[in-house]
Amino acid sequence: MAVHEVTFPITDEREILKLRAGDEVVVQGHIIGIRDRTQVRIFDQGVEPPMDLRGAFLLHTAPGVRKLAEGRYEKVCIGTTTSARMVRFTEPLGTQYGVRAICGKGGFPDEAIEPMQRLGMVYFAIVGGAAALETTQIEEIEEVAWEELMPECLWKFRVKDFGPLTVGIDAHGNSLYHDVQARAQEKLKELYARL
Amino acid sequence: MSIDVTTDLQHTVEDAAAHLYVWALKDIPQDLRDALAAARERETSVPGKRVLETIHRNINVADSEKNLVCQDTGVAVYHVRVGEHFPLHPTRIYEGLRDGTARATIEHPLRSNAVHTITRENTGPNIGHRLPIVHWEFVADWDGLDVKCVPKGSGSENMSFLKMCVPADGVKGIKQFVLESIVGAGGKPCPPGIVGVGIGGSADYAMYLAKEAIMRPIGTRNADPVVAQLEDELYGLLNETGIGPMGLGGDVTVLQCHIEHADTHMTLNPVAVNYQCWAARRASAHIGPDGSVDYDREF
Repeated sequence: MAVHEVTFPITDEREILKLRAGDEVVVQGHIIGIRDRTQVRIFDQGVEPPMDLRGAFLLHTAPGVRKLAEGRYEKVCIGTTTSARMVRFTEPLGTQYGVRAICGKGGFPDEAIEPMQRLGMVYFAIVGGAAALETTQIEEIEEVAWEELMPECLWKFRVKDFGPLTVGIDAHGNSLYHDVQARAQEKLKELYARL
Repeated sequence: MSIDVTTDLQHTVEDAAAHLYVWALKDIPQDLRDALAAARERETSVPGKRVLETIHRNINVADSEKNLVCQDTGVAVYHVRVGEHFPLHPTRIYEGLRDGTARATIEHPLRSNAVHTITRENTGPNIGHRLPIVHWEFVADWDGLDVKCVPKGSGSENMSFLKMCVPADGVKGIKQFVLESIVGAGGKPCPPGIVGVGIGGSADYAMYLAKEAIMRPIGTRNADPVVAQLEDELYGLLNETGIGPMGLGGDVTVLQCHIEHADTHMTLNPVAVNYQCWAARRASAHIGPDGSVDYDREF
């Protein structure tokens, strides 16, 4: 399993295509924080996001922050939430906005595999709960939009050595979650027979 | 009992709750650190080792930066043991716990998660109608008060399961349900954590007992040897499923399996599963009748 360093937003699709499920990735550059209500606003309420999401890396988060001034925040504790709730936004994020990577914890169900392959997207698994470390890797909160959704706003973070992440679903139709679940279901049959 | 003693003791409970909530969020207990270190040694899968190594780094960063281990400050759950002769009524103990929770949330500040369950509007600094949640236990012939704070994160709480097995399903049915629940949960509850199982009583009581099970120090065993044996067996079986750290595949799926049980109706066989994530936060204090507080006494 390879180790990669990728800078976001990406401009060259090959950066995504070289990643394989199980690989380790460290991220540099800028990432966008997003959550349930943010995506409900974009897709269910049809409001255009005031940030460019082309080639972007999205992080499922609702950060703990301290307000400094109008539109200015400093980090307190930034961690990652469970992704599965937000799987239905995967395809429109890819087709309408050109998002290339989604990062969260716990994985996406199998319905994300096909659109990610078709659209050249990846899912990155972060370690849920490891917020103390994650907070140190976020250098600065550069922008925030839709503050009225606090803390589920649209956030722009500058990161340094963000990770390590694991490629959970790659752009070639492979999902670690699918494979682990398939093996576990087989194993359960064996375990039940022993009970 | 004079009013002054009551007021002072209530303030003591409030101070203790405020301290315990923040302490639990920042400084995870030694038994958990040991269990995670052992898991790191034992894990052989590459993604699994990467996860456990990152958890290890995270705990160290939380220590050195004095930051929270996890951003989810959870729902504040308390387990309280009240001695028969402790000179403060439980109604006032509850007020102390509630006020301490709110104070810690405002002063730190901590992320406030509490919302009205229908309107979803925030209800205050991690308090609200019936929040925080308290599990009460009353102890005869004793004048002390034990308070344990367990901030319960939502990622793992969302992975809670109840099944009204029938008596004919027997213990086999119980084991199958626990196994299918944890496999189905996959990476969502932030494994490897503590699987709490509540068996018997009634539907609601089984889940209540499952929550008590996750609040125990890691690896403690049920006093009933039959139940303790089931804990050992389920712990082994769960770690054969291959779900692994954060559901990415591996040897360590759970750190422990704890069971609490109650006798039940001859027609019932309820089984509840409550999951506690790897950041199994927990902090406790003993309060004496004179208002003295000892933060080093685990129960």
